[in-house]
Amino acid sequence: MPSRTGSHSPAGFGRSAPERGLLLLTVLVLLEGSVLPLGAASSPDISHHANSDKHQVADVGHNATKKPFPVLAVEYDRVQIPFEISLWVLLASLMKLGFHLIPRLSSIVPESCLLIVVGLLVGGLIKLAGEEVPPVLDSRLFFLCLLPPIILDAGYFLPIRPFMENLGTILMFAVVGTLWNAFFIGGVLYGVAQIQPANPSDLHQLDLLPCLLFGSIISAVDPVAVLAVFEEIHINELLHILVFGESLLNDAVTVVLYHLFEEYAGVGTVTVLDGLLGVISFLVVALGGVLVGAIYGILAAFTSRFTSHTRVIEPLFVFVYSYMAYLSAEIFHLSGIMALIACGAVMRPYVEANISHKSHTTIKYFLKMWSSVSETLIFIFLGVATVDGPHAWNWTFVTVTVILCLVARVIGVVGLTYVINKFRIVKLTTKDQFIIAYGGLRGAIAFSLGFLLNQDHFPMRKMFLTAIITVIFFTVFVQGMTIKPLVELLAVKKKQEAKRSINEEIHTQFLDHLLTGIEDICGHYGHHHWKDKLNRFNKKYVKKCLIAGERSKEPQLIAFYHKMEMKQAIELVESGGGVKLPSAVPSTVSMQNIQPKKPPPVKAAERALPQLPKGREEEIRKILRSNLQRTRQRLRSYNRHTLVADPYEDGFGDLLLKKQKMIELEKKIKEMNNYLTVPAAPPDSPTMCRARLASGRDTDFKPAQRQKGNKNGSDPQAYSVKPTSDRVPTIQVDLASPQSPDSVNLLDEFRRAEQPRGEAGPDQGLMMKPASAQSGPNKSREDDESRDQQQKLMRCLSDPGPSADEDEDEPFLP
Amino acid sequence: MGASQTRAANKYQDLTEKTGFSAEQIKNLHTRFQQLSGNEETISRESLENISALSNNPIRKQIIEAFFDKRNQHQNEVGTFQEISFEQFLMVMSHFQPPTLKTTEEEKEAMRKEKLRFLFNMHDTDNDGTITLEEYRKVVEELLSKSGAIGQEAAKAIADAAMLEVASTNVPHMAPDDFYEGITFEHFEQILKGLEMESRMHIRFLDVDTTTMRCGKSTS
Repeated sequence: MPSRTGSHSPAGFGRSAPERGLLLLTVLVLLEGSVLPLGAASSPDISHHANSDKHQVADVGHNATKKPFPVLAVEYDRVQIPFEISLWVLLASLMKLGFHLIPRLSSIVPESCLLIVVGLLVGGLIKLAGEEVPPVLDSRLFFLCLLPPIILDAGYFLPIRPFMENLGTILMFAVVGTLWNAFFIGGVLYGVAQIQPANPSDLHQLDLLPCLLFGSIISAVDPVAVLAVFEEIHINELLHILVFGESLLNDAVTVVLYHLFEEYAGVGTVTVLDGLLGVISFLVVALGGVLVGAIYGILAAFTSRFTSHTRVIEPLFVFVYSYMAYLSAEIFHLSGIMALIACGAVMRPYVEANISHKSHTTIKYFLKMWSSVSETLIFIFLGVATVDGPHAWNWTFVTVTVILCLVARVIGVVGLTYVINKFRIVKLTTKDQFIIAYGGLRGAIAFSLGFLLNQDHFPMRKMFLTAIITVIFFTVFVQGMTIKPLVELLAVKKKQEAKRSINEEIHTQFLDHLLTGIEDICGHYGHHHWKDKLNRFNKKYVKKCLIAGERSKEPQLIAFYHKMEMKQAIELVESGGGVKLPSAVPSTVSMQNIQPKKPPPVKAAERALPQLPKGREEEIRKILRSNLQRTRQRLRSYNRHTLVADPYEDGFGDLLLKKQKMIELEKKIKEMNNYLTVPAAPPDSPTMCRARLASGRDTDFKPAQRQKGNKNGSDPQAYSVKPTSDRVPTIQVDLASPQSPDSVNLLDEFRRAEQPRGEAGPDQGLMMKPASAQSGPNKSREDDESRDQQQKLMRCLSDPGPSADEDEDEPFLP
Repeated sequence: MGASQTRAANKYQDLTEKTGFSAEQIKNLHTRFQQLSGNEETISRESLENISALSNNPIRKQIIEAFFDKRNQHQNEVGTFQEISFEQFLMVMSHFQPPTLKTTEEEKEAMRKEKLRFLFNMHDTDNDGTITLEEYRKVVEELLSKSGAIGQEAAKAIADAAMLEVASTNVPHMAPDDFYEGITFEHFEQILKGLEMESRMHIRFLDVDTTTMRCGKSTS
């Protein structure tokens, strides 16, 4: 096998078993070496290299085929590029995986640092293997493939509320701060370059414009680096959004400054007019980017309005529209980052209301996956590029740059905060300022911009690149590693880990209205007033156009409630059937405890009997309900190609529909039971009703009529068994409630789900038995009663659908 | 206030100490007060209800009620006023002042308590020291009152869920027959700990005399 690849490997290896050997060799060389780059597609010299490669390998292949029919042929070049891309991605993913297996390491060193080290090692290996180090951090690759997922992830999940509340501060830091940094660093660097007559070095040839260009490249805080570090230190929301927001919005400034200085670096002079045009250009770049993003965002929202019959491609719209927004902005040299952010932020509320729960999960997953792989790759590539890059180390230049970066950042932050604090109501403390200044990490965007520089126009390109890399390494390693201990040392307020509670949501809304009201009484129109106006406009017109059906009228609080209910249900199912409540809140409190009008007789009866704790009842109910919901959704997506459209296709509206039916049903039941439980309560909520029923059922003190009512199966949520059925009940039993309008439909679907699995139902019930046994303190209960309880549990534990894909759903739900 | 300018100035001084507003702010608020009351000494519910901007506010009733609630005057009185004077108006408004950079931690804590107490009083309509389920339901119902039938149905479920949450956070181990009467102020504080009320519950009172000045987006 005298192939080209063979020359790098032990020759004897291939001879013994030719075909297998060749295959092994190829893989070996690939892994060991290096091999060609992801960037191959984009950089011309590499593709040429690949071409020559192709010919050689093709010749080899030709020779081999002269002999008898080739059982196994090798044609590596055909798959080379995708193969190498996959290898890199695999490497990145494995690295990420590896770090999380060593918890001690990852708690000390931020992941970004480790990844850079890995990149350095890989780069070193490639060099050692004698291969040419691929230009992995090629600018086109970086800006067109690696950056967008990260930014989209950030934009789509941007916490809009704190972002808008602090927009002024963020803009101040992003625009004025970056300008200050650029000019300060550039200016002082130029000065330093001039005052060294004794030391003959290249620095003298440095003009002002390249200096300023370099300053503008190096001054922008990098969103990727900031995200990577700030995700790990869990700092409070305000600081996070300030630093992160700045890193996102300064893109426009960087883009304009970069193009401005690059344009005139050749000419050598910048007139006032050029400066003025620069300012206008900045506005165009920033606002244009936002505009492009917003247009695509609205388009995406509008499109998602009609996707109710093709749920599978819903997530795709989100990704494609966003990417289009980014590319469209890049066409005109507008700020692609701002376009992406705007697009994500604009489309999200509407898209989320339109798409199904599954699609929503898919979007979350894909964004997180892409962004984390991109991030990993970027850091690894940064390491590789460092090994590769043509370096020109200049002590003076590098040290001065690093020091200037730090000094400029500190002065900028302190000075700007002084001004900003005059306008802010929640002032920034000294600690806050320190973290903002310290969190100004530089990253791969700066490197890529430096990489883009033209060697002819900028003879100092190598020196620039070296300095940029040094600054990146300094900020990522030194600042990134020390920021965590410093945050703890300074006792900076951390992010609360607790998830948002319904009470907080209620009061957030309440406060909004209250403050708007107070402002109106005061008679001046502050930002609460305008926000309220905007909200109302949004509700009245925009939502109607962009959101399909019922959901458009749903107030935020109710939407939140539904979401929370859903989440809770899913968590409970995931946690293994509600034996243990996953949240920190212990669950012995139930509706019963807060119920105001509790008739004493029932109470007395309850006290006499040990029973399933009420909290568990509640859980079981939720699990069941969610199972219904989820099964239906699953069925829909599984049968997409064969089934006619389901009339209840509209995802979340589904929940609403079912809820309404439940309310109706429960009203009927209540009418039946009213005089037995609570006298003349107002028309009750589903939760309350169910709670009451549940508690009523637990007593043995059941009047005959009540039993009958239950036996009729009129309560869709009640798990009482029909006395006649003595087999292990499955869910169908419960669903066969004659009143339920969609019960037939549901029944059908459940059957369909059960059929291929045969007798799985009872099996699951048995498997779950230990869990149910430990769950209820039901020793002293009558046989009948305890079996009843167990069945309830079993039923809720046995998931009626294919359970294999079950696990994927939850972890990303916030 | 038909008083002369000098008397008014003295009065402002007085009020500045009491409420913490600056003289300019008081002047602005006074102008507004007179505008609302039609140059009367006191203001009645009707004059507040007539503010057109308020008409879309779902919790309008509660907001107006808060102004006439004696509990918000820091004088240990309960009950409601029929009409309030400018001073009382100002006292209510003083609950919406932001903390400053100089505010110490203890002051912040006190401020938070005061603000929360204001909210609590808004919910606790019968002043028995607890927000009962009934009262809480009412709050949520009002909050959703602008959203039609869906709102009414969901309101109860939401209030129940919220109440359940309060109960389970604060009294994690309840026997099945225990009864959680309602949210006490301590529990109220507990559940809203995450909201950072001291820095969120504020509006921007104007220092300058132009009521048309906008100061929303760029800062806060």
